Amino acid sequence: MAFITWKTKDGNEISVDVKDGLNLMEAATANNVPQIEGECGGCLSCATCHVFVDDQWLEKTGEVDEIEDTMLEMTDVERQHNSRLSCQIIAAPDLDGLVLFVPEPE
Amino acid sequence: MSGELERERLFIRPEQWYSNQGISTLFSTRVEAIYPAEKQVITESGDNIAYEKLLLCTGSSPHTLPAEIGGKLKGVYILRSIADVEAMQPEFQAGRKLLIIGGGYIGLETAAVARKLGLKVIVLEMAKRILQRVAARETSDFFRQLHRSHGVDIRESTQMTRFTEQAGRVNGAELASGEKLEADLVLVGIGGTPNTSLAEQAGLDCENGIAVNETCQTSNPDIYAAGDCTSFVRNGQRIRLESVQNAADQGNLVARVLAGEQVSYQALPWFWSDQYDCKLQIAGLNIGYDQTVRRAGSKPDSQSIWYYRENRLIAVDAMNEPMAYAMGRKIIGAGLHPSQAQIADPNVDLKSLVN
Repeated sequence: MAFITWKTKDGNEISVDVKDGLNLMEAATANNVPQIEGECGGCLSCATCHVFVDDQWLEKTGEVDEIEDTMLEMTDVERQHNSRLSCQIIAAPDLDGLVLFVPEPE
Repeated sequence: MSGELERERLFIRPEQWYSNQGISTLFSTRVEAIYPAEKQVITESGDNIAYEKLLLCTGSSPHTLPAEIGGKLKGVYILRSIADVEAMQPEFQAGRKLLIIGGGYIGLETAAVARKLGLKVIVLEMAKRILQRVAARETSDFFRQLHRSHGVDIRESTQMTRFTEQAGRVNGAELASGEKLEADLVLVGIGGTPNTSLAEQAGLDCENGIAVNETCQTSNPDIYAAGDCTSFVRNGQRIRLESVQNAADQGNLVARVLAGEQVSYQALPWFWSDQYDCKLQIAGLNIGYDQTVRRAGSKPDSQSIWYYRENRLIAVDAMNEPMAYAMGRKIIGAGLHPSQAQIADPNVDLKSLVN
């Protein structure tokens, strides 16, 4: 289990316990986090589950692989140094407390 | 199908999500008829449900083969819903012989899963090549090679005449050539047809799907339709798309239209297909292409095929080459038309073509 928080630009926060093994796109759509669509179901084809990872959690959320890195080129909101596709972040005890920011179009 | 995900993870949203959003759901309820004049729908149990606006998301159904040639025998499957998967899955055991009718995406993706699980697989394609209806020759060639290298027996220009049976269960097929094939189970993946009967009976215009305009409105102004069941005009031609992208984007569009926004359907189509470790990603629509350009990939097993129509770039198939897909989507989405020579030259950075 990991306690995950999504923060939106307008200051809203959604926090939930996510079962180990679920990816954070699934967790976001199940909990109605805005802007996270997850259209391709997590197979790295759509880039609609883009999040920014709180800097202090960057290391623990792991490396961005080559496909994810490429798909981050086509997010709606331009990528930043802390961009991830949340379908590639899998809930685990060491992510307990993780904070993600939801990119929102201007 | 592969058993990699538990059932509850396959839904787009968990069931409780709908009630949390204040959305009432009536599952396992068949609508008998729509009465547009009364603005009501009647369910099979006789309940009347009144509407102000109605949205039809009736989807499409896979074609089946007629009973006369054995299409309804036990052991002959189609693949559309979770129920179809659950019916077929117990039969997916190593060593068994799976015969697949149709070399489209459904057939080829199933072939890949079946090979991973150790089944023996034959794919029959009536046309000259697999994926003929949806892709260029180079893409067909790539996937034929991929499947053959994984031990799938792919037979193109090959027609089946009937299934053979033993005690009501399929045990093989006869080909037009007279050859007989053995099979323990069969998957029929030969395309689908839009579910338009409710719409037709309600008097809505249908033309290869429920005909909608650029706001997904049908010929009745209070009735909208979205997804596989619709046909819409793109580049002067009425088309129908069976894809996740189209279903999601049209659904999203209708919600915005009903909320009062002035929007119209312009989304760039995209598709994907995962087979073995190969990721095929497609951006744009290749309808009417008159030229293709192959761009070598960054790795030996990767490439991209770019479709042109009258020298205008309209679509790209990217195989294990997500950069070609990502940049292709941007280039086509922006209405840019890089030359064939630029695309074919692997030394031209695709990113430089976006601006």
